[in-house]
Amino acid sequence: MSEALPNFEGLLREALAPVEPPEDLAERLESTLQSITEMAADELQEWELSAMRDPRNWARPAAALVVGSTAGVALVLLRARHRSSTSGGAAGVRNMAERSLRDLGGEARKLLGDR
Amino acid sequence: MDEQVKQKSKAQLDAEFSDLYRAHLRDVYSYAYYRVGNHHDAEDLTEQTFLQAYRHFERAQLQSRGRPLRPWLIRIAHNLAANLYRDRSRKPATPIDESTMLTAPHTTEQLVEGRDELSRVLDGVRLLPDDRREALIMRFALGMDNREIARALGRSDGATKVLIHRAVKQLEGLVNSADEEDSDE
Repeated sequence: MSEALPNFEGLLREALAPVEPPEDLAERLESTLQSITEMAADELQEWELSAMRDPRNWARPAAALVVGSTAGVALVLLRARHRSSTSGGAAGVRNMAERSLRDLGGEARKLLGDR
Repeated sequence: MDEQVKQKSKAQLDAEFSDLYRAHLRDVYSYAYYRVGNHHDAEDLTEQTFLQAYRHFERAQLQSRGRPLRPWLIRIAHNLAANLYRDRSRKPATPIDESTMLTAPHTTEQLVEGRDELSRVLDGVRLLPDDRREALIMRFALGMDNREIARALGRSDGATKVLIHRAVKQLEGLVNSADEEDSDE
């Protein structure tokens, strides 16, 4: 029994082989983060300026801004990493940086532009 | 100036979360898949795990004091899976998708022999108590060491070592029993 153990563990390792996630899972996850960003932006839009005169109402939109900014930056980073893994090569670094800056600007506009 | 430092710190935190996500997407998905037994629920569980991880990432980093965060991620997935079963009041109703074992090309002979043997192992894994099954998934599907598994399960290193040893022994007994039953027929 004890001699069979290493072989059995090998079999177990084979049976429980790591499972590759579906390709669209990362896209879904990024999309969900995007939704969080947009929800936070919508939350801000719903607040009229008159409501903001009352300090008791400041906490909620402030929290929405923090959540939105955080999710937006994370989303940009995820996209940038994904591009770097698919484009590859030193020549792509500058392009990736430029795209990342454009993405960051785009996300910032989404978060802040309509207010 | 303070605001700039704060923003830079936040950007760094997001970059580190991005690294964590990329490094462990497959780990979380593998754990989720073997835990729930189908791709649909595994995708949902993986998604929820990373969203929850994102919410608590900063605190986890502070509390981990530089230790790897994979056990923390798997613990989140473990808790979410437990909630899923509690909500549905059931264990995996369907066997693990057989497509998992068909990711690499095989000859027909290898396919028949290999799948039969591996199917018995997977059948045995499903019969194990929850804690033993989870420990084996972490060890063999994710390649976690005893210390990582101990952190994920909230146990001591020693108790985890014993848990894994007993899980392997019990599983080996189950598979051997199945083999003997087949040879008697």
